[in-house]
Amino acid sequence: MMRLLRESVPRVGDSLEPDRDLWPAMLRRMDEQSVPGAASVPWFDWALAGGLVVFAAIAPRTIPVILYYL
Amino acid sequence: MQMRDDGSSVLDRFRQGEVDAFETLFRTHQRSVYGWVLRIVRDPGAAEDVTVEAFWRMHRAHARFDSAREFEPWARRIATHAALDWLRRQKPENSMAPEIWDTVAAPAAGDAAVSAEIRKKTAQAFARLPAKLRVTAVLAVVEERPQKEVAEALGITVMAVKLRVFRALRLLRKDLSEMGITP
Repeated sequence: MMRLLRESVPRVGDSLEPDRDLWPAMLRRMDEQSVPGAASVPWFDWALAGGLVVFAAIAPRTIPVILYYL
Repeated sequence: MQMRDDGSSVLDRFRQGEVDAFETLFRTHQRSVYGWVLRIVRDPGAAEDVTVEAFWRMHRAHARFDSAREFEPWARRIATHAALDWLRRQKPENSMAPEIWDTVAAPAAGDAAVSAEIRKKTAQAFARLPAKLRVTAVLAVVEERPQKEVAEALGITVMAVKLRVFRALRLLRKDLSEMGITP
């Protein structure tokens, strides 16, 4: 079985190099991840913001107070 | 490449998060990491993407790297898990690049009795193996990497490598016998 496997799935060889320098792609990846996005904001902050919006909708008179403290 | 003799400061600086040190390590090790990943994913284009992903994970994990140790085994382990994650997202029929299928049909030296059709079915059965078993078998059996190296890359013992190879071959044999092929 081992021999059949070796004959059926060829080795990729030992002289292996990427077709291009991968550093530019690496830099792009690092740049993309360094831009703050929605995913970088903790879920708790989103939950708190959502709670404030709901509270303001229920009691609109509190909106000036909330804005003052923000 | 031995980074520790003349580059232990590079490892220390990498651990502290310096991008220049990370670039030095990247340029030094991208070829060997790419080669390792290619042995697993069997697709040059995917190997490039997975290599970048692996180095991205290394960059994020820089603070957890022990600068007293060699960089390459640590890098290889991260690259292996990145490749494993890629394999798990693939459908079995897409798990090998077309150019690799072409070499499967070529007659193998030393055994004319094994037809191209049997080899192709074997390769297809191999692509259907669970990713964990397939990675172990491809590294230990196909690529003939030392079992200790495979064990380190997978984060398991040598005994576990042997067991996974045994299970992979047993599943292959079962799959092939259901197709009427007796190895």
